[in-house]
Formats: sequence, structure tokens, C-alpha cells
Amino acid sequence: MADDSAQQVRRESGGVLEVRNLVKDYKVRGAHKKIRAINDVSFTLEAGKTIALVGESGSGKSTIAKSIMQLVKPSEGQILLDGKPIARHGAGLRRYRKDVQMVFQDPFGSLNPFHPVGHHIERPLRIHRAVPEGMTIEEKVHELLERVNLTPAADIAPRRPHELSGGQRQRVAIARALAPGSRFLVADEPVSMLDVSIRLGVLNLLARLQRQENLGVLYITHDLATARHFSDEIMVMYRGDVVEQGPSDEVILNPQHEYTKTLLAAAPNPERIGQMRDEVRAEFAAAAAKD
Amino acid sequence: MSVDQKREPVITARNVSIEYEVEPVVKAVRDVSLTLYRGEILGLCGESGCGKTTLAYGLNRLLRPPALMTGGEIVFHDKSGTDIDVRALDDQQMRAFRWDKVSMVFQGAMNSLNPVIKIRAQLFDVFTTHRPEMGNEEKEKRSRELLGLVGVDPDRIDSYAHELSGGMRQRVMIAMALALEPQLMIMDEPTTALDVVVQREIIREIMRLREIFGFAVVFITHDLPMLLEISDHVAVMLDGEIVERGTSEEIYTNAQHEYTRRLLSSFPSLTGERGGFVRGEEEVA
Repeated sequence: MADDSAQQVRRESGGVLEVRNLVKDYKVRGAHKKIRAINDVSFTLEAGKTIALVGESGSGKSTIAKSIMQLVKPSEGQILLDGKPIARHGAGLRRYRKDVQMVFQDPFGSLNPFHPVGHHIERPLRIHRAVPEGMTIEEKVHELLERVNLTPAADIAPRRPHELSGGQRQRVAIARALAPGSRFLVADEPVSMLDVSIRLGVLNLLARLQRQENLGVLYITHDLATARHFSDEIMVMYRGDVVEQGPSDEVILNPQHEYTKTLLAAAPNPERIGQMRDEVRAEFAAAAAKD
Repeated sequence: MSVDQKREPVITARNVSIEYEVEPVVKAVRDVSLTLYRGEILGLCGESGCGKTTLAYGLNRLLRPPALMTGGEIVFHDKSGTDIDVRALDDQQMRAFRWDKVSMVFQGAMNSLNPVIKIRAQLFDVFTTHRPEMGNEEKEKRSRELLGLVGVDPDRIDSYAHELSGGMRQRVMIAMALALEPQLMIMDEPTTALDVVVQREIIREIMRLREIFGFAVVFITHDLPMLLEISDHVAVMLDGEIVERGTSEEIYTNAQHEYTRRLLSSFPSLTGERGGFVRGEEEVA
């Protein structure tokens, strides 16, 4: 398939997804004002790199993800794939979706309970005609399931989502996102709904796939520790602005912006056992001494 | 006022077993014993399905069929010096006991406020039930006081739940749990839906209020780093059993059980070395 080989070439040459001066305003119903969800954000995601996007609820992280996925239309600014503005409809949009896919936060909501696991992976394969010649669609489904460590694939494929654990479901979601032969993944809090003991397994899986397939990953999270360990760069968002951006160790170990410091101080850290209790008690003691 | 530091127990659970009577029977809590002391924060952690919420509901007798407590006893040691056998209370006594002695902040508390009545009515409800002698004026005064205590502007008493942010809703829930000055508060994942900055504010608030009122807290979550940071004691649950118990320091520096160690290693360190967390070093999960 011509389309497929062209994609192969693009993948080997890497490719870049670029967000340029992106602005998104949301209208508030019943009021004449607008809310600026993201304010002039620019960054470049290269193949083979992971960028972590961190910030509190409402900081605009998900709006960026939605803009990239074309689930919302940016008010201003551009998104470019391999240097060209992305297509917003028709065949161009279909090609774009073949390249850029998303893993959603909630694996309980993102899989259709009616359909077996195999179906979820078969659909993108059919829509994007992503089955290589000489392979049946079933073989490709099994290969994808095996690639996300869901084995034996022949056992898993006919099961329905409710028969799988949260971690397994998220693996299905990852396999589905990879099915079209994507080059870029947007992962919006991919492990926050999972049990802690399996989070790292899923993140490690994502990291391995990224290396094997030379994917560019936008990892959206509010967990700074995993952001540090699983990405090359961290972008810190605060109220729609990117307030700090840099290599991950640099941002975590040597934060510059006030907000990054606040965020770091708020992250749970078992090294500080009892510190909060002591601080609170000291406050009370100080207040009592004043009286 | 400061926390009563004497090791005086507030609730004791002995050999509690809870089953879900479905086919096949699920033994959600197996032979669990624990003692909670006055003013202490006990962190209860474990993954989904380990029985931590079931145990918490059991302490407050909130279990509904098919859940059934099949064995064990729960004794509440009241401030007045009398011991209350929680399992032996009849409906009327249970109604008086709950919230007055032991209150609870529920999982997903952000969504446990009634959306169609104002905050005022929901706070008043607590007093109407438990302090029928209170007049409206007094209720109003006390409700506003409570909101102030948890850091919400008292004028928000006229708000509906949807007009408050997630953090504020959580604070209102805590105010409600505080209303009768209980001796024990059970908090089931009280901050899971909040982001880290707000989470920290809320926890600080809880610590501050504990200093004022001296209540004990059972804090349930699967966020072990946070538990270690804030709890006095930590109990780790696995498959319905408490597999390890100790002070935060003991658990953090010298975990004995293999599962506890695995949980601890599931959290990459924020500022420390990468340790075992080299990207791509996949473990079979």
C-alpha cells in the first residue's frame, strides 16, 4: 500500500509535531466574557522524544491534548506535522489521525463494553488500512496484543473489557492507539486511574514501545516523579501559560519559576515524614506564645 | 489545646472478618485486628479490592448486604470512659452513635453533596438529627463557624455544591464531618480527585484541625508516599489482611513484608536517584 510505505519513510526520518502560538478561548454560557484556557503555547515534539506536560487541574493541559487531537478548534495559532499545517477534514484529516493517536485517562470509559478486545484493535486497522500485505487482520491484532504484553493473544482477543483488569484495559487502549501505525501519541494521565503497583509496568511498557517505534509522546500528568523519570523534557503549565520548560532533571532539581516550586513542594514525599505535623504544631506553639 | 499524647485507645477492632455473601463468597476482610489511639493518624493503604474500604465501613457499621460481618468485635472507647460495643447497638443507638462519635468523609466526597439544596440545609441537617435542642440561630452560627474552620468563606453557606470548586466541596464535607466534634474521623480517599496543590492544602487543614480537636483519623488511600508523610502509623492491607503495621518511619526505612517493599518501590523518587526506574526496564506486571 502506497500510503503505508510513505508512512514508513516518514517514521524512519522521524518527523516533528509542532505547536505554534496556540490560543484557545472558551465562551462562557450566559456571560459575555471568555475564558482563556491556553495562552500562546508553543513547543515541538520530535519523534523518539517524550515531553511531559504537568500542572494542576484547569491549567490547560487537556485543552492542549484536545487541540492536537482536533477535538477542539484552536482560537489562534497553528499545529504543524512535519512542517505542514495539519488538515482539518477529509482525507488529510484521516492521514493525520493515522499518525497521531491518543491514550485516554480512563480505560473503563474508553473501551466499549459491548465489543470484545479484538474488535477495538481491528477497527483502527480496518479504517486506516494498516494491515501489512501477507498478514491477516487477526494476525495483526494478535501481534499488537502481544506487543503490549497481553498474552496469550488468542485468549485475550475474544474477551470483553469487563473481563480484564484496569492495567490490562489500559494496555488494550495503548495497542489500539498504536494500531494505525501512529508516530505520535498523546497520553492524557494514562496511569492515574490504575493501581499504584501496576502503574510503573504500564509506563515502562509505553517507554519500551516508544523506543522500538521511535514514537513522539506527549505525557500529560500531575505526577511529577513519573514525569521526571519517563520524559526527556518537562513543560509546566499554570493558568494557560507554559511557565517553565526544560530537560526533566533540570526542571525538577533546579526549578526556576515560583509555581514549579509550589508544585514540587506539594508532591508527596516520604522523605519528609512527620514534617507537616511538626510545622503545624510549631505554628500553634508560635500562636500560643504570642497570646 | 493540644493533642492528647497519652496512648489511650479510641477504637479497638478484634479479629474482624467481613464477607460478601455472593456466589462464591468473597472474604473481603480476614481476621483483622487493629487499635487506634486518640489523636493518632492511621494510614491504611493497599490496592483496589484489598478490603480497605470494606474494613472502614465495618468500623462504622455501614455495611449493606451482601456484605456481612461474620466475626470479631469492635469496641469504641468513649471520652466519657464508657466502652461501646459497636456491633451490639440497636438501630436507634447506632443512629445516635454515628457521626456523633465517628464521622466519615466518603470516597468521591466531591460528589456526595446534594446538588439541589444549599450548603446551609445540608449542614443544618446534621444538627437537626443529632442536636434537636438547637435553635435555627444557633445552627446558623455554628455552621458558619465550621465553614470558617475549614477555610471556606462563611457566606458560601448560601451556595449550591456546583458553585464551589472541588477543593471547597471537599472542605465542606470535612466541615460536616467535624460538626459534632467526633472522636474519630474515617477518611476514605478524601483527596484522590484533587490535584496535588489542593490536596496538600486540605491535608494541612486536617492536621491543623486535629491539633485543635484531638480527633483520631483513619486515612485510607493508595498513595503510599503521602501516607508515609502524614501518618503516625501505617497499616498495609493485602487481600483482606493487614500484612504489616508500624510507624511511618519503620515502614519507610525497614519494611518487612515483601508486598510493602513492592509498594514502596512502585513510587519513583521525586528528587533522589533514578534507582530502579530506568526508562524501558520493563518488569512483567
